[in-house]
Amino acid sequence: MRSSAPRYAPNDGVIDAATAAIGAALVEAQDKVGEVTLTVTRDGLIDAMIALRDTPGLEYQQLMEIAGVDYPEREERFDVCYHLLSVTRNHRLRVRVTAAEDTPVPSVTGLWPVANWLEREVYDMYGVLFDGHPDLRRILTDYGFRGHPFRKDFPLTGFVELRYSEEAKRVVYEPVKLAQDFRNFEFMSPWEGAQYVLPGDEKAAAATPPAAPPPAVPEAKGAPSPVTADQVVRADASTAPAKPDAHPGTGYGRSTDSRAETGAGEASPGNQKGEKPAESDVIPTKGAGQNQ
Amino acid sequence: MSDTTTQLMHADAQSPESAGDVAIQNYTINFGPQHPAAHGVLRLVMEMDGEVIERIDPHVGLLHRGTEKLCEYKTYQQAIPYFDRLDYCSPMCMEHSFVLAIEKLLDLEVPVRGQYLRVFFAELTRIMNHMLNLGSHVMDVGAMTPNLWMFELREDLMNFYERASGARMHANYFRVGGVRQDVPLKLLTDIADWLDTRLPQLFGDAISLVAENRIFKQRNVDIAIVSREDALKWGFSGPMIRAAGLPWDLRKSQPYDVYDRMEFDVPVGTRGDCYDRFMVRVEEVYQSARIMKQCLNEMPDGPVLSLDRKVAVPHRAEMKRSMEALIHHFKLFTEGYHVPAGEVYVATESPKGEFGVFLVSDGSNKPYRVKIRPTAFSHLQAMDFMSRGHMLADTTAILGAMDIVFGECDR
Repeated sequence: MRSSAPRYAPNDGVIDAATAAIGAALVEAQDKVGEVTLTVTRDGLIDAMIALRDTPGLEYQQLMEIAGVDYPEREERFDVCYHLLSVTRNHRLRVRVTAAEDTPVPSVTGLWPVANWLEREVYDMYGVLFDGHPDLRRILTDYGFRGHPFRKDFPLTGFVELRYSEEAKRVVYEPVKLAQDFRNFEFMSPWEGAQYVLPGDEKAAAATPPAAPPPAVPEAKGAPSPVTADQVVRADASTAPAKPDAHPGTGYGRSTDSRAETGAGEASPGNQKGEKPAESDVIPTKGAGQNQ
Repeated sequence: MSDTTTQLMHADAQSPESAGDVAIQNYTINFGPQHPAAHGVLRLVMEMDGEVIERIDPHVGLLHRGTEKLCEYKTYQQAIPYFDRLDYCSPMCMEHSFVLAIEKLLDLEVPVRGQYLRVFFAELTRIMNHMLNLGSHVMDVGAMTPNLWMFELREDLMNFYERASGARMHANYFRVGGVRQDVPLKLLTDIADWLDTRLPQLFGDAISLVAENRIFKQRNVDIAIVSREDALKWGFSGPMIRAAGLPWDLRKSQPYDVYDRMEFDVPVGTRGDCYDRFMVRVEEVYQSARIMKQCLNEMPDGPVLSLDRKVAVPHRAEMKRSMEALIHHFKLFTEGYHVPAGEVYVATESPKGEFGVFLVSDGSNKPYRVKIRPTAFSHLQAMDFMSRGHMLADTTAILGAMDIVFGECDR
């Protein structure tokens, strides 16, 4: 690990010990980016947590955090991630269960009282239900709030806004009105297979008759302007043999330039210093910031 | 307090007892959400038996701004300023967890001077936070002068903040790969002078007024005792768990940046009461000063920001002369950098305790999910069992010793 993130005890043997302690309830165990994640079944969660807390050699005494994550495209759309900490072994562990809107997760408030608010928060933000929770109320949102705001299908602006009404002498709720459309910039470039219509291309897209044969493929790259991204892709495909997907299954391979070539998203992509001649026109200033 | 709290009598029918019996009813008091000792927007619904607290139900969320959701709509770089606004009493420590989480996913190396500067400013932030907390704690239990003196120190620290980052509070100084820019040498020498003269003098004077003071001790000693078992069960961290007698400090046990090169002691409480929490923080201020001095002595020269141009922006001067740098500059400020898919939970020792960030990336330039682990959530939740059986007036001491800031609690 080159980064200077917190360094705790190594993960060696943790998965084996946890597998032995949890048994059949364990669905998957993985060690990625230096962190161990155990996926367990919902029904086996309580027993797994007791085992993780009480088995000598595991001893995760503290529950630090419960985090919900929403993946709307999945059948059981929510992840509930429990972050455990062992102060004796100086180790962290993540336990994950999946849940849908109508499948409650057993509550761990009996094991760690701190789970009370943490589960309330996951319920408030995502609508995950916790079975056996003593007091499953909303916690962070307003009194009388409707919906679960951190779900991916909940708009960032929300549905209502409130103001103090001089006429009614109280705070009133109104449907949210935006003076300006919400701006969400798409940074994926057209050549990487963006799934949107470029500004100026609306007419080209609308003029295409729906039942017509596929639109003419431009003869070469750099064809006249109203060409949609997928037309360019098709032009590429008609000239060059299809390249194998660099990352099968990741969904990144839908472009002509795969990420493996562009280096996007990698810690130290292709533009290494050793591969390039030194820039002769750049005069490095000695340890000085730009404003000095 | 009478005009800020409302007393609601329970609709409990008067029982026709014989004359002379005094029927004492429990009643419910709203402490806050607008109360100077609530340290922000906290509403405590207290069930009182006379002056004795029977139950407390804290209502939080009045400052909920949806930071975590907002981060999902911003690039990683654009999300950093949101972290300043979480715990606005210790902004740089909030940034610290976030940048470390991103660096862990990127597996990015930070230049040593950058690491030293981050540790240096994290400790400066710790002093800044404790100045506010210790000051308001003593004011909550009735002393005025120390608070004013400590605010003077806090003012100095904010000036240092301004000289380093350009902002007095919301610094936005830490970057993925280091810090925004190097600090002038004069700033470092000024801070060194400040650590040698002003801090021990003013802070020592302020603490000498309260630490052995009879009234202060009467208000704090043996108030809200927390055992080690309770501290573990309730997810305590930071000064709260150390006051309970557990020498647990993430800077020691899970060192990040250059904390493993620092020599400092971890103060531990013996009784786990409010006085211990106060004194643990007092000692932490001196230990932070010690770390800062070591940083000043050992800090090497060199770059303060990673030289990986796919993540860290080039200098502006360089950008003016090099096409390559200009392209990188443009790409980083529009698209930002892509972070490899994965999940990390990175927690650092913020002045208030373990401040963690659970970061889920899907490989794009925006985080898929940022879950912030606030320190206050577990501490405030324990308010109920900690204040049970204590008097109403102890609430302010308990709350003050918890060190809660609602920007962080409610996110």
